[in-house]
Amino acid sequence: MAEYAAEGKSPEVLFFVGCAGSFDQRAQQVTKAFVKILNSANISFGVLGKEETCTGDPAKRAGNDFLFQMQALTTIETMNAYGVKKVVTTCPHCFNTIKNEYPSLGGNYEVLHHTQFLKQLLEENRIQIEGGSFKGKKITYHDPCYLGRANGVYEAPREIIKKLEAEIVEMKRCKKNALCCGAGGAQMFKESESGKKEINHERSEEVNASGASVVAAACPFCNVMLNDGATATDSSVEVKDLAQLIVEAADL
Amino acid sequence: MINSILFLLLLIAGIGFFIRNSKKIIAAVHLGTPLPKVDRKKERWFQMLRLAFGQQKMHRNLLVGVLHLVVYLGFIIINIELLEIIVDGLIGTHRVFKGLGRFYNFAIATFEVFALLVVFSVIVFWMRRNLLRIARFWSPEMKGWPKSDANWILIIELVLMGLFLTMNAADYTLQLKGHEAYPLAGSFPVSGLVVPIFQNFSLETLVLIERVSWWMHIGGILFFLNYLYYSKHLHILLAFPHTFYASLEPKGKMANNEIVTSEVKMMLGLPTEPVTAEEVSFGARDVHQLSALQLLGAFSCTECGRCTASCPANQTGKLLSPRKIMMDTRDRATHLIEKGDTVKENFLLDHYITREELWACTTCNACVEECPIGISPMSIILSMRQYITMEEASSPSELNSMMTNIENNGAPWPFNSEDRLKWID
Repeated sequence: MAEYAAEGKSPEVLFFVGCAGSFDQRAQQVTKAFVKILNSANISFGVLGKEETCTGDPAKRAGNDFLFQMQALTTIETMNAYGVKKVVTTCPHCFNTIKNEYPSLGGNYEVLHHTQFLKQLLEENRIQIEGGSFKGKKITYHDPCYLGRANGVYEAPREIIKKLEAEIVEMKRCKKNALCCGAGGAQMFKESESGKKEINHERSEEVNASGASVVAAACPFCNVMLNDGATATDSSVEVKDLAQLIVEAADL
Repeated sequence: MINSILFLLLLIAGIGFFIRNSKKIIAAVHLGTPLPKVDRKKERWFQMLRLAFGQQKMHRNLLVGVLHLVVYLGFIIINIELLEIIVDGLIGTHRVFKGLGRFYNFAIATFEVFALLVVFSVIVFWMRRNLLRIARFWSPEMKGWPKSDANWILIIELVLMGLFLTMNAADYTLQLKGHEAYPLAGSFPVSGLVVPIFQNFSLETLVLIERVSWWMHIGGILFFLNYLYYSKHLHILLAFPHTFYASLEPKGKMANNEIVTSEVKMMLGLPTEPVTAEEVSFGARDVHQLSALQLLGAFSCTECGRCTASCPANQTGKLLSPRKIMMDTRDRATHLIEKGDTVKENFLLDHYITREELWACTTCNACVEECPIGISPMSIILSMRQYITMEEASSPSELNSMMTNIENNGAPWPFNSEDRLKWID
């Protein structure tokens, strides 16, 4: 963003990479895939880079509204200084926070999750999927809580899978009834409380039972949890973000 | 005359006691922080119409949805008959509205059909609850009173319908026998079936059956009205205000504390108007720090357990049960209203709800999505987490590390913000 600003320009959209997208190895792959798509669709986008900081979501869900608002107000200051109008992010937690919790703090933007953005690009034919490498393959989709129930986004990710010409097989619990991966509410950063089972193992068993060869994810935390779950349940189902699936199908 | 006075006394006692209990509930709800100013009224009325009147979320399971609707409609429709019962009781008439003719016959017939349908539904509900092993009816928090309460409600409903139909059957038999106090009035498609049995009884016996059923029916209704306060069944009244006040925001949205906003803005050197508050505290340790809406939710909860059945933590054997969060909140508020703050240290946090329960929540919103009347157990969990973290600074150590990382590095992991663009390589 700083480079655009130095030239006196502002890009069409700010890609809010998020902490996972910046640092987590699996999520970095998603970041790269999404950027490949943005480039191939000739989208002018910027990132905050070193000026980006955590939205504050895990702090807020862990009970620290003070730290959350420190992060939020700092980020809003930065984004407002660059005149950001539209934000896209690959993380449903960043998406939820910026969309729902920033406006009352002075951060008003059009906020899109990358699955919504990608669906638009596909509909406008700004990216084309050819060859149909997923044609006839069975793909299941895991609804992230902060995209689905929290914000009612159920269809955009499924539209993308349809465009891949793959067969969507739904898990027993999906959409409004989808089972959490176990990472939300700051659980990602702690051991779970004692119980009979890990939540991600329970979810992975449902993934395995769906008969799909790929489970599409749309959240960096779900991605990690489902991947761990697949290992724990000795499953060969691949866990991939929808952006990665598009990159594969379009051979970018 | 004596009967009318007795009836008046019964009515006054029943309604008076109900008003007393209602005041207690209102006081309990007002232990919480005040409800925000009512905005978006149209959407709120619509939400009430959809969830409370239309019972939209009950129809996800068609059988249960239809049976629940029958009991609910039966409850409303049959209670129209109360009007006549009260007038008859007060002025000593019998079936005072019989002059309405065909309309009256139609009304009585409708009440009878609904009474039969309610009997059927209630029996199915009893079997579901007691014979089928539906997990949500057998959770640990459903032992003792909550379990017997649920069964008592079904039994009382069954008895009330039974009395209503018995009263009609005896009345109709007396009408057919030409008893002078029972002129022909009403149409009895259901209780008429019992007439062949009742026909063999003497007039005195039939009058006795009719009178006893009539008194027990109205007495039973007044009893049930007052039973509500002690039971989980308050939803028949409170579902309406609760769905009106319940959040209209996306489920993922958590409100920002304005006092915090002001403080943070001052720290960052941003313009702000300081918020003045007498006593600044964050989050909830007890019901006083919860909102009136959260407490109204606790009293509206009918302990159906759909929230618990959908909770990922609960399903994987963790201690957390969203239903228990609501039950505990109500128990604590009721204790404060009934007995006062007898033992100073028995706060909602720790004495009722343990930290292990609170920290097991993934904030996935499944419980909120499930609740047929829009209660959010999750919001109470988050309020209490806020107390633990902001007032006591005693959140789990791993979360403390995560928050320290955010403070120092702007990320929940100990990575340097200088490395944010390393993914490009």
